[in-house]
Amino acid sequence: MRIPLSWLREFAQIPAGATAEDVMADLVKVGFEEEAVHRPTDALRGPVVVGQVLSLVKEPQSNGKTINWCQVRVVPEGQEQTLTGKGIDPSGVQGIVCGAHNFVEGDKVVVTLPGAVLPGDFHISARKTYGHMSAGMIASVRELGIGEDHDGILVLSRIGLDPEIGTDAMELLGLYDQAAEINVTPDRGYAFSIRGVAREYAHATGTEFTDPASKVNAPAVLSGGYGVKINDDAPIYGKPGCDRFVARTVRGVDATRPTPPWMSSRLRLAGIRSISLPVDISNYVMLELGQPLHFYDQDKLSGDIVVRRAVAGEKLTTLDGKERSLDPEDLLITDASGAIGVAGVMGGASTEVSDATTAVLIEAAHFEEVSIARSRRRHKLPSEASKRFERGVDWQVANIAAQRAVDLLVELAGGTADEAGTDVGTAPDPVTIVLPAEFPAARIGIDFTEDQIVTSLEDLGAVLEKTGAGWTVTAPSWRNDLETKEDLSEEVARLVGYDQIPATLPVAPPGRGLTRVQQQRRRLVQALADAGLTEVLAYPFVSKAANDTFGVAEEGAPRTAVKLANPISEEHGYLRTSVLPGLLEIAKRNHSRGFRDLAVFEAGMVFLPGDTLGTPSIPPLGVKPSDEVLDALYDGVPDQPLHIAAVLTGHDSPAAAGHAPRLWDWADALDIARLAGDVLGVELVVTQGRHQAFHPGRAAQLSLRSGEVVGYAGELHPKLLAAHDMPARSAALELNADALFEAAADVVVARHISTFPVATQDVALVVPQDVPADDVLAALREGAGQLLEDVALFDVYAGKGIEEGKKSLAFGLRFRATDRTLTADEASEARERAVATAAERFGAVQR
Amino acid sequence: MTETLPGAAVPNPLDETAINAAVEQAVAAIAGASTLDELKAVRLAHTGEKSPLSLANRGIGGLPKEQKAAAGKLMGSSRGRVNKALADRTAELEAENDARILVEETVDVTAAPRRRRAGARHPLSTLQDRVADIFVGMGWEIAEGPEVESEWFNFDALNFKPDHPAREMQDTFFVEPPEAHLLMRTHTSPVQVRSMLERELPIYVLCPGKVFRTDELDATHTPVFHQFEGLAIDKKLSMADLRGTLEHFARQMFGDEAQIRLRPNYFPFTEPSAELDIFHPGAKGGPRWIEWGGCGMVNPNVLRAAGIDPDVYSGFAFGMGIERTLMFRNEVGDMRDMIEGDVRFSEHFGMEI
Repeated sequence: MRIPLSWLREFAQIPAGATAEDVMADLVKVGFEEEAVHRPTDALRGPVVVGQVLSLVKEPQSNGKTINWCQVRVVPEGQEQTLTGKGIDPSGVQGIVCGAHNFVEGDKVVVTLPGAVLPGDFHISARKTYGHMSAGMIASVRELGIGEDHDGILVLSRIGLDPEIGTDAMELLGLYDQAAEINVTPDRGYAFSIRGVAREYAHATGTEFTDPASKVNAPAVLSGGYGVKINDDAPIYGKPGCDRFVARTVRGVDATRPTPPWMSSRLRLAGIRSISLPVDISNYVMLELGQPLHFYDQDKLSGDIVVRRAVAGEKLTTLDGKERSLDPEDLLITDASGAIGVAGVMGGASTEVSDATTAVLIEAAHFEEVSIARSRRRHKLPSEASKRFERGVDWQVANIAAQRAVDLLVELAGGTADEAGTDVGTAPDPVTIVLPAEFPAARIGIDFTEDQIVTSLEDLGAVLEKTGAGWTVTAPSWRNDLETKEDLSEEVARLVGYDQIPATLPVAPPGRGLTRVQQQRRRLVQALADAGLTEVLAYPFVSKAANDTFGVAEEGAPRTAVKLANPISEEHGYLRTSVLPGLLEIAKRNHSRGFRDLAVFEAGMVFLPGDTLGTPSIPPLGVKPSDEVLDALYDGVPDQPLHIAAVLTGHDSPAAAGHAPRLWDWADALDIARLAGDVLGVELVVTQGRHQAFHPGRAAQLSLRSGEVVGYAGELHPKLLAAHDMPARSAALELNADALFEAAADVVVARHISTFPVATQDVALVVPQDVPADDVLAALREGAGQLLEDVALFDVYAGKGIEEGKKSLAFGLRFRATDRTLTADEASEARERAVATAAERFGAVQR
Repeated sequence: MTETLPGAAVPNPLDETAINAAVEQAVAAIAGASTLDELKAVRLAHTGEKSPLSLANRGIGGLPKEQKAAAGKLMGSSRGRVNKALADRTAELEAENDARILVEETVDVTAAPRRRRAGARHPLSTLQDRVADIFVGMGWEIAEGPEVESEWFNFDALNFKPDHPAREMQDTFFVEPPEAHLLMRTHTSPVQVRSMLERELPIYVLCPGKVFRTDELDATHTPVFHQFEGLAIDKKLSMADLRGTLEHFARQMFGDEAQIRLRPNYFPFTEPSAELDIFHPGAKGGPRWIEWGGCGMVNPNVLRAAGIDPDVYSGFAFGMGIERTLMFRNEVGDMRDMIEGDVRFSEHFGMEI
């Protein structure tokens, strides 16, 4: 909301020298955030004066243009030029070259004299042009920054002005005024008016407020006016769409009269373009009192006005020239011809006020918030009117606003008001709130005095009735946001000042600290960072193709994903089912910035919808839903496990003297995945894996002991790397972190540490190439039994000396007993049992 | 290498002068040895089997019985002097040798390669942990919830009326189909509702996490960002408790000089509502007030939605943006730095914040 200070000053006591900034600094205390300052003089500086064109000589130019060489009087004849400076003619007559042709000798115009600065940092000076010394400019509205029209210069008589020569044109056009723009929160519809903001300014500063409504002399009762019927047969939430309709008629209006500058300048500062006098008046009254108005050309109406819901298939051409299909929920203004407006949103073209209009029917109605909000959304028609109606308009102000419009049409447009008028509808019951005396203090923590409570609420316009335990408060008609004792407490605190609230620190009951999962997540993320990887955070928005590739191991396998109804871009229309696509994007971005050696990781949620997605309806607010309804809400929310993933590409460390870095490879990816298991105390079972995003021969599938697959690690598929412009051999891993957390042991049982000597034995086994080393190792472990403390693969060899299609695996075995020193024979026997098991399972032969 | 001293006569083991001369000669030779190898030669010459002193010592056997004691005493002390000189010199030369080797092994430590490096945490993630730790230290617990959420938890349960403009101001990502009433949470407040439904009273929880709004990415906006929200539900909580909690937290984050300021505002889920400004003493360009977040007393309708009696319990809630906090705390100038994943950004922070 933009508040011209001159307007605010009519109703509130603003200090003479106050700037928009000063006013905003006061308003912020009562809850209006500052947005911007609108001040013409920030871009426009005088001298800018009224001049009269004494003579005008048309001079055709070689470029085909004709210019006017004008002599313009800028000081009344017989008076001295008091301005001095380069280019100011002491005679009071300036010679000015002007290219516009919409004026004649004798016209009074706006002259920007040398020394003036126009918007766009355009400095006016005397300069030689078209063979003359042109000392100033005859200005258009656009050059002055007060309008868009630049076809011609501003001829003052055409806006109804005949000022004295030499008058300060900036004063005349209201250009010394300024506006404070504040943010109005959605609960405070009343503050979308000068009336509302002036009242708040008074609250903020403790000064006096004059209600603009009180300055209007509206008749208490209206009758005999234009026929209006309210006929809402489908109220939303049981509330009638229209509960008041005031109609007034003004005849003999001259719609072509210019809007006076005081009005157009205030409208302009308030951010509303001047259209025509009737339209400007309706906007002016709306800004002043907060009541949106609609003006009809009464001669274009046929029969009574009926306010009703639309019928299916009904259409209306709105003021913007668009034909709109109406919804049965739309509240309409209709006459015998059909729809003539969407109530509170936009009027129809057929009954619009035009230059030819002489009889204006003023509508000042009260519409229900939800109905207007829905129509506005449905038709995508945000308007100044709908903005106010959907936040709530004062029911009581309708006839006052109508009267204000009548008065202005009479005063400025030469109209005559009909005695008769229309006022139909039923006033809503006033809202009364029981406020226990001690409640505001308990809620806010300030020991309010009774006087503070009473004065604050009365200042707002509320009426208080003392009861035994406190007050019964009747909220003012313009404050539809005041419904509860909490609302009233806020008002008291707001007016007394939030800065008066003391600070006390409540003590929480003894807590349990971070949960186990929270600790596990921290440990996991920290472990990867400690291992040299860099944590990044990608957006969860991905393409369908990315989910198809990364979200499911087998190509073309069925997969579900969450699709967004209104994504940032169609290309990123889905929520990720894997963290890898985002990481690859980030790796690629780093690559393009010259960073080729990367190890990046992210821990983030993925979105895995199940069979049910959401709920067909949701319960109302303010009531706890039943357990069944709550369960359905919970069940409808997709599974969102935490995944941890990494992409490794380029070298593992920077090259340096005495250090040859290694290229990251599949084994690093697998190693990091296992490290993730290690730090959580979860053993990951590694098997040869298949995943369409990975190299078919260089991917490990990672499972829990239970058999649950929890992720993959290995080299990314060469084709995929090529498609992403990533170096060959880049590796990646992804794990379901939540599954790992769950698999971690709750309690680790201590193992007996034997201090007896160790017996080590090595064994080399020849097995077929396709036998996984890990399987052989498992066989050895099983065969060796209790005495085996540890077994590790220390060499893989194929080639000379080994039969084609086979490989040699060398293992180191460590034997130890818990209760004695092993003999060499005992260790050898255990080793033989181990070898025998491997031989039996895989035909392993000892080398 | 010689085992005898050429031309040296074998002294008489009773001839104190001759023996002393041999000892002097040996001690001088030992002192003159400048390497361990030289010392070895000197040792053999003066203490070897054929050295004058050894030979003299051997001569004791041929002496008359009554002279043996005197000769033995003389020879014993003489050979002891030589052996001591020898041991001392050996120690000296070994120490010199050791020192020389160490000098020779000197490297240029400034030319050492980095073989192992720690990686880095994303500062948003580190800051989130830091914030959580402060509240855990106050006895609060950390609560979390899903990022795709039911519309009820995100709006209705938080007292957003179905057709109220406040609901639209949240610029929500909706899940397809809209009839499923699922969305990407626009704030972490649904976690508050879940906490109220699932936890025992009183409740003191902090809810950090990712939230989503349909903003275009620019220097100050991003469609995905992080928040932390606090919720306390207890008997007799007032706005003064809210202020005290925020003040304590602000001082933990920004130092003892930090102050907070509350300004009236509107949120559907709190009444009264306030905008929270922080006086940041270390702000770039000098100490100043900075908009930090929103807060207020939990609206009774929110308590009712969770089945909590607002006549018995009251509560306060607050919420701040982690990105925004990082921006003014750590002087991050551009939102895009936080979301693009440029490794330089995270790596500059390392593990710290």
